[in-house]
Amino acid sequence: MDEVAIGTAVRTAGDTGTALVRVDGVRLGYWVGDAFHTAVGHATFDVRPREKMIVIGPSGCGKSTLLKAIAGFIAPVGGSITVSGRKTLAPGPDRAVVFQEFDQLFPWRTVIDNVAYPLRVNGRSRRSAKETAREFLELTHLGHAADRYPHQLSGGMKQRVAIARALALEPTVLLMDEPFGALDAITRQRLQAELNRIVDQTNVTVMFVTHSIEEALVLGDRVVVLGNAPSSVLEIVDLRDLGGPETVEYSRMRGHLRALLAVDEEDALDEEESLGGID
Amino acid sequence: MAASTEALATPSKPRVLGWGRLPAVLRYSVVAAVLVVFWHLYAVHKGPLVMATPRQAVEAVWDGWKDGSLAHSTWTTLRLLFEGIGIGIAIAALLVAFATLSKFGADVLAFLTAVLNPLPGVAVLPLAMLIFGLNETAILFVLANATIWPLAIAVSTGFKTTNQTLVSVGRNVGLRRVRIITDVLAPAALPYAVTGLKTAWAFGWRTIIAAELVFGVAGAKGGLGNYINDARLNLLPPKMFAALLMIAGLGVLFETLFNLLERHTVVRWGMKTS
Repeated sequence: MDEVAIGTAVRTAGDTGTALVRVDGVRLGYWVGDAFHTAVGHATFDVRPREKMIVIGPSGCGKSTLLKAIAGFIAPVGGSITVSGRKTLAPGPDRAVVFQEFDQLFPWRTVIDNVAYPLRVNGRSRRSAKETAREFLELTHLGHAADRYPHQLSGGMKQRVAIARALALEPTVLLMDEPFGALDAITRQRLQAELNRIVDQTNVTVMFVTHSIEEALVLGDRVVVLGNAPSSVLEIVDLRDLGGPETVEYSRMRGHLRALLAVDEEDALDEEESLGGID
Repeated sequence: MAASTEALATPSKPRVLGWGRLPAVLRYSVVAAVLVVFWHLYAVHKGPLVMATPRQAVEAVWDGWKDGSLAHSTWTTLRLLFEGIGIGIAIAALLVAFATLSKFGADVLAFLTAVLNPLPGVAVLPLAMLIFGLNETAILFVLANATIWPLAIAVSTGFKTTNQTLVSVGRNVGLRRVRIITDVLAPAALPYAVTGLKTAWAFGWRTIIAAELVFGVAGAKGGLGNYINDARLNLLPPKMFAALLMIAGLGVLFETLFNLLERHTVVRWGMKTS
């Protein structure tokens, strides 16, 4: 549960402000018949303003369930989730979600209407919604596709529309549930770089669920590592001062994350041999 | 260089031989012509008190349209059909919304569709005549009953098979129960709704013509079914065929309209392949 700062120094000013999202002793799971299956056993961590927080863990550890709970789709059976000081109950646009499925766009609306529609729902005028939508489509380099229907887009473009739609709502925190998981490797890399640029330009706070260590390293300011179900937070890793992929500390960090996730998997398989920590 | 030019040369298209080579218009014209010839021969064979020749039938359409009798009957039937289907759509929409919002509603809908959908529409006509009398209300009742159930089944299937991610997106952007239905489930179920509407339309057509035939016997006036029955009583086969041609023509027309509707909505949105 400790924060481990790897690298030269921990950044200080401005970045330790009040938590935007507070996950406190949360327990989550689902019913299989009459049996309750715990996915997240006990999770505690904060997401701070303007950071990209990655949640990573093995399959079935409840990382997506955790994101859905913050979004308000599932209620925790224990602990509490607070967003901007409010205990969240119902889903709302302040926690806009980008899902993994390409089919998250409304097929009967054009690209620009898909982005503008949620703004209309939230009380914006037709004209102002369209203006904002166009702005965010430009931001995601989709201005040229504004009048197309979703079925005329590639998977990568669909995910960019979904990101534009979520960002246009100016959420307190942008929740992303493995949004690039179903893309091919080249498109995924391109969208990761694009997401980094967009987040820098908009200063949005992001919580991003993935099972890819590479993705966590490319995108994350910090990483919450969850163990096997019933999971708890194994470690919160700080990546803010990490160098590029060519540096030694980068590969060290990759090794560290691999070890964290792999060791735990070995535990689950009841094997005695430990793979150890870094180096 | 030579190799690449060769690769780009237009390959020879496989040739279709014989009948399939002819343009579609010509093929269908030939089929129609053959049928008309057989019709004509059979009509001549049976005599003018039983069968009309194609020529007499077309002339009867023309005459009937000119003196207004056929147009009036057609209009009566279509008006009743639109009203009946309109009532059917409204009730089906309410039932499905009710079924979506509550478990009790879902049970009511499941029970009603299970019992009433297999029932042929005209079967309730005698009951409707007893309740409402020999009037349009009885026909509207029968029509609504014939269209509600296929529509309700189609739309509720569409609701149930809606991609849950879309529903989640709807809730995420701030939609609540009723608007989830109107803004997410209803458009998502449109491919099913259009199919249901086609079925409802077909059921409605069959039902209203049958009902008008019965009403014709019972003495009330109006409608194409009634027109057919009158023609039979007066031994006027051409008028009978005129009404049949109208019914078939309208069937083709509305089928075309439904296909246009699909092309401009669900096909355009990639929710259904044409």
